[in-house]
Amino acid sequence: MKKCLRCLCQAPLSAKIGILLIISYSFVAIFAPWLAPYGETEVVGDGYAAWSPEFWLGTDNLGRDVLSRLIYGARNTISIAFVTTILAFVVGGLAGLMAAIKGGWIDQGLSRVVDILMAIPQLIFALLILSVVGTNAVSLILVIALLDATRVFRLSRAVAMNVVVQDFVEAARLRGEGLVWLIWREVLPNTLPPLVAEFGLRFCFVFLFISALSFLGLGIQPPTADWGSMVRENAVMISFGDFTPLLPAMAVALLTIGVNFVVDWVLHKTSGLKG
Amino acid sequence: MSVLKLLGQRIALGIFSLFAVSVIVFLAVGMLPGDIAEAMLGQSATPETVAALRTQLGMDQMPLQRFISWFGQLLQGDLGVSLANQRPIADLISTRLGNTLLLAAFAAIVSVPIALTLGILTALYRNSWFDRVMNTMALSSVSFPEFFVAYLLILLFSIKLDWLPSMSNISPDSSISEILVSSILPVITLSLVVIAQMMRMTRAALINLLASPYIEMARLKGIRPARIIFHHALPNALAPIVNVVALNLAYLVVGVVVVEVVFVYPGLGQLLVDSVAKRDIPVVQVCCLIFAMTYISLNTLADVLAIASNPRLMHPRG
Repeated sequence: MKKCLRCLCQAPLSAKIGILLIISYSFVAIFAPWLAPYGETEVVGDGYAAWSPEFWLGTDNLGRDVLSRLIYGARNTISIAFVTTILAFVVGGLAGLMAAIKGGWIDQGLSRVVDILMAIPQLIFALLILSVVGTNAVSLILVIALLDATRVFRLSRAVAMNVVVQDFVEAARLRGEGLVWLIWREVLPNTLPPLVAEFGLRFCFVFLFISALSFLGLGIQPPTADWGSMVRENAVMISFGDFTPLLPAMAVALLTIGVNFVVDWVLHKTSGLKG
Repeated sequence: MSVLKLLGQRIALGIFSLFAVSVIVFLAVGMLPGDIAEAMLGQSATPETVAALRTQLGMDQMPLQRFISWFGQLLQGDLGVSLANQRPIADLISTRLGNTLLLAAFAAIVSVPIALTLGILTALYRNSWFDRVMNTMALSSVSFPEFFVAYLLILLFSIKLDWLPSMSNISPDSSISEILVSSILPVITLSLVVIAQMMRMTRAALINLLASPYIEMARLKGIRPARIIFHHALPNALAPIVNVVALNLAYLVVGVVVVEVVFVYPGLGQLLVDSVAKRDIPVVQVCCLIFAMTYISLNTLADVLAIASNPRLMHPRG
């Protein structure tokens, strides 16, 4: 624990800023109902009200408090991105480790399927599937998780390939351990550092992707407060020189920068790369 | 393994991917649970209209037969008819495809030289303050959602300063200068993201190379850093750099979707987003195929160039 703290103190400024950002975003997301002055979808005044002591950041097109929606948006957008990333890692990571351990036709089959899925640009694939199944939170999570699982599969398989050829895995195999034991006790602990860094990067990617889809009107649907669709709903105000509609987009950008800074630092530390 | 064999394999893989993608685009519609005609028409549809739409979509035929006739028509250039307004899809996309390609090409011409120069400079002066500043900026601009950058530019250049139009009103008869002026902001938006990525990748590729023994040797002989970069490192770094450029161009083609929507640019991306919202599936299929085709072709081209420009593969031993 002490070692961790010392390590944190020695982190570069950018990583410290990143950690601070992540902690404050999580705080806002978890305690949203207590922090927000008004309800998520509560209409509290006229549309497009200016900043005032009553509504700190004004109101949106339907007269809802922008600050409250921003705070609830943290909860909705971040949690959906987080769940999607975890799902992508469970599916892609397990498949990757299994392909590396089992080898043979399982590895070949999974790898070819992933090759083909990765040949299609992600946004295009997502749009194609969403146009058919319709846009709702569940299909959004499933589609994006599946698409990102392909990237996770590639990485976890590549990393695990270096581990499965080592003697301790061979020993475990000869002892007659099952697949679950091999994955959980032998391979996973030794592939963790690159996977953790990848988790951060994937999260950024998923987060930006969901925001972009919501901005296009094809992601999280109203009236749920979400940062991407908030920009879309209030974009008209930009042409009057108002910065307020861009606050949610800035919130997205800040969190992504924070996570990127931390991942950059972690990669730097674990890989020992200089430069 | 000879170069020709490698190239042949890669191109064959590209063609196979194209075919696989068209199968997926086709299956995505056919394999889904429920009746697609009913889903598209919604609750209020009468059985007659559902049946009519099923016939129009060809749902009453066998899947394999349907795929063959759909694929055959595609190959002959018959893209089908839009469900929303019954117009031939070829008419809908012809001018839009040109606009999108123009936008992407314009962005590529701007971003590639800047990104390569910055990448080489940061690799040359790595760990200097210049490198650190550029890296932080690149990391930040990769983190920005595209629509954020786009609206910031609109706010600054078209509303506060009133220099450039915030919307790209391009019609088939607008002049070249009009088109150029109205695509400046979209091009800057697209370029910012691509430059950051290309710069980081170029820098990484060069730094990797600069760590190799023959560069060390050149340095020990006392050759100037600039000469090391241009005469020793760059020729060998060509393959990864060409690869980086092609990969980012592929990204560019897809990245236009969001940018087109922000700037109301009459391109293919906007048509795709509109059609997804209207669930005009034939149009979505064609647009997806075009985007996927461009993406796969550029990716294949990247690998082909990387193989072809690799000096070690050009002179196989034995």
